[in-house]
Amino acid sequence: MKSSTRRWRTTGAALLALALAGVAGACSKSGDHASGGAAKPYAIWDPYPQFDASSAWSALLTKCGTDAGVTVQRTGYDTSDLTNKALLAAQQGNSPDVLIVDNPVISTLADAGVLTATDDNKLDIASMQPNLISAGQSGGKTYGVPIGANTLALYYNKAVLTKAGVDAASIKDWPSLTAALAKVKAAGKKGITFSAIGTEEGSFQFLPWFWGSGAQLTQLDSPQGVSALQLWTDWLKQGYAPNSVINNTQTTSWQEFATGDYAFAENGTWQLANAAKAGFEYGIIPVPGISGGTAPAPTGGEFVSVPVQTDTARYSTSAKIVTCLTSTDNLLATDTTLSYIAPTTAVQDKQIAQNPALKVWVDAVKAAKGRTGDNLGTKYPKISEPLWNAVQAALSGAKSPKDALTAAQGAAAK
Amino acid sequence: MTRSARGGQWTAWAFAAPVVLYLVAFYAYPLYRNLDLSLRDYTVRSFVRGDAPFSGSDNYTKVVQDPTFGPALLHTVIFTLGSLAFQFTLGMALAVFFVQHFPLSGMLRALFLVPWLLPLIVSASTWSWMLNSDSGIVNWALGLVGIGPVNWLTSPSWSLTSVIIANIWIGIPFNLVVLYSGLQAISPEIYEAAALDGATGRQRFWRITLPLLRPVSAITLLLGLVYTLKVFDIIWIMTKGGPADSSTTFATWSYRLGFGNLLPSFGPGAAVGNLLIVIALIFGLIYIRRQRS
Repeated sequence: MKSSTRRWRTTGAALLALALAGVAGACSKSGDHASGGAAKPYAIWDPYPQFDASSAWSALLTKCGTDAGVTVQRTGYDTSDLTNKALLAAQQGNSPDVLIVDNPVISTLADAGVLTATDDNKLDIASMQPNLISAGQSGGKTYGVPIGANTLALYYNKAVLTKAGVDAASIKDWPSLTAALAKVKAAGKKGITFSAIGTEEGSFQFLPWFWGSGAQLTQLDSPQGVSALQLWTDWLKQGYAPNSVINNTQTTSWQEFATGDYAFAENGTWQLANAAKAGFEYGIIPVPGISGGTAPAPTGGEFVSVPVQTDTARYSTSAKIVTCLTSTDNLLATDTTLSYIAPTTAVQDKQIAQNPALKVWVDAVKAAKGRTGDNLGTKYPKISEPLWNAVQAALSGAKSPKDALTAAQGAAAK
Repeated sequence: MTRSARGGQWTAWAFAAPVVLYLVAFYAYPLYRNLDLSLRDYTVRSFVRGDAPFSGSDNYTKVVQDPTFGPALLHTVIFTLGSLAFQFTLGMALAVFFVQHFPLSGMLRALFLVPWLLPLIVSASTWSWMLNSDSGIVNWALGLVGIGPVNWLTSPSWSLTSVIIANIWIGIPFNLVVLYSGLQAISPEIYEAAALDGATGRQRFWRITLPLLRPVSAITLLLGLVYTLKVFDIIWIMTKGGPADSSTTFATWSYRLGFGNLLPSFGPGAAVGNLLIVIALIFGLIYIRRQRS
């Protein structure tokens, strides 16, 4: 009796396992059928969850789909979520047909074999600005088209500068900027706010100073690199920048500037709409280099890419959709909505014609550099993390700028 | 006889099937996948293709030799023990306090539950505003009594303390509720008898309440330990584990390895996650052992 019970138990377990396997098998089979169907809508993933189905962006996607003769299905993801979502989807053979993703992620996805190069998808990239497209290039191939670019510059509060007796036009290099900050502090106002948080945002904000010193990402602990970190560290020590920058995101940093107490804020193109609402007069100057000139700021903004599909016949339609999205008229509309600078000179000129205040940003974008450019590609993330850790260590006083960057170079070279 | 027994077995399996399916799909398989991730050398390319080479304990060696390992382990221990000690004593004190019913005690007790009910994103953001170096209310209050500002979240010597304080605040209600219900299960007659024998309040607590509450205390501490070990959101929202790793625990480190970088390192991330599971498992086994003896 006992042994028969046990036997039945084993049989039962085996049957259950079989049933499970059956369910799994059935699932994958039906999945195959669905992907083979011709009427499958074209999936588009973007990092703009702020736009709902009734937005102009959604309407544009639908229209571009209709023009290409297909229906599109759009999903908006949080930008920090999208890289892993895209990797997982590729692993499951479920990649979207068009993927719009933050530019430094392109090289990672390309390295993973998730994206098609322009050789395969036949996208035309001739009109795009070379410094912008460089973020999407690795190993001599181009894996996407920029849909818009943004970058960093210094916003300043006109009233605060006037009160402190500082002329914004006189700020040409680091010493003149630091001198201006000292005057602002002496006048009882706060100097500058930026974001030095321990994420990619922190590296993004530090890079204009790092590059502006003449340093290269391949050698973090060069004397130039140390001088850039020394500049930030000294600002904190002197009280020119608040201690909270160590935990500031670009949004919280902007909120500090919006209080009206700060003379300067390092922030991006995307804050223009908020700047107009801030309730005080503001101006914008480019981030200065160590001894003059405009420091190259990193380019932000997204790329439109065409992920690898088993059904390669879909590429031509996907390419039509991408070409539609990045056509001159549509770029103008999209970049105006996103508060981005267009990636082509033709559209940039139209943007300036619409709003002359954008000229400073167009110039900044022209001077900007891709983070994954210079053939760094997937090496960039391995440099960026030690870099933001070094910035945090130096600003919080845990290490000297020199020691922090030496440790960072050691970690990056591993 | 046999036929009906067979039928009974089938019915039994049919009843067990949903829970077995559930356990396999949501516990066994993810655990297996995590173990598999930690034993392979994953790059983004091999993650997508699913052809990562088996690398044995390489990821574990890499993680243990990482300069972050020592500090992260130490912070995990300090964070867990510090949080548990304060959550438990304060929870116990409040539970004993609320056992004596007084006007409005029910409402006050309900108010103490607020930290437990708030979404963590709300409480952690609130804490990080309050502890902001420049505009936080805590530094403002300290300034009123003449103490200079403390860089709660941005100084390497304070950040761990700050996240522990926030975590204690969040954990007190849980301890309060469980211990309070444990206290109510102790028969009042024992206290009456003790009072007749002339026991003081202090003696009643140490000689009656605490010993009789031992089983409840043990499970409260074990659950608290498991919760605290894996606390991630509070630390991530308040400090991101920084500055300079000063508040990095295994939980935040595992996340940072797997998701915090543009180029994810899934293998080492999974390895750190598995170490956390093992630590929790060890304490669970110790608990079961002690329950049996």
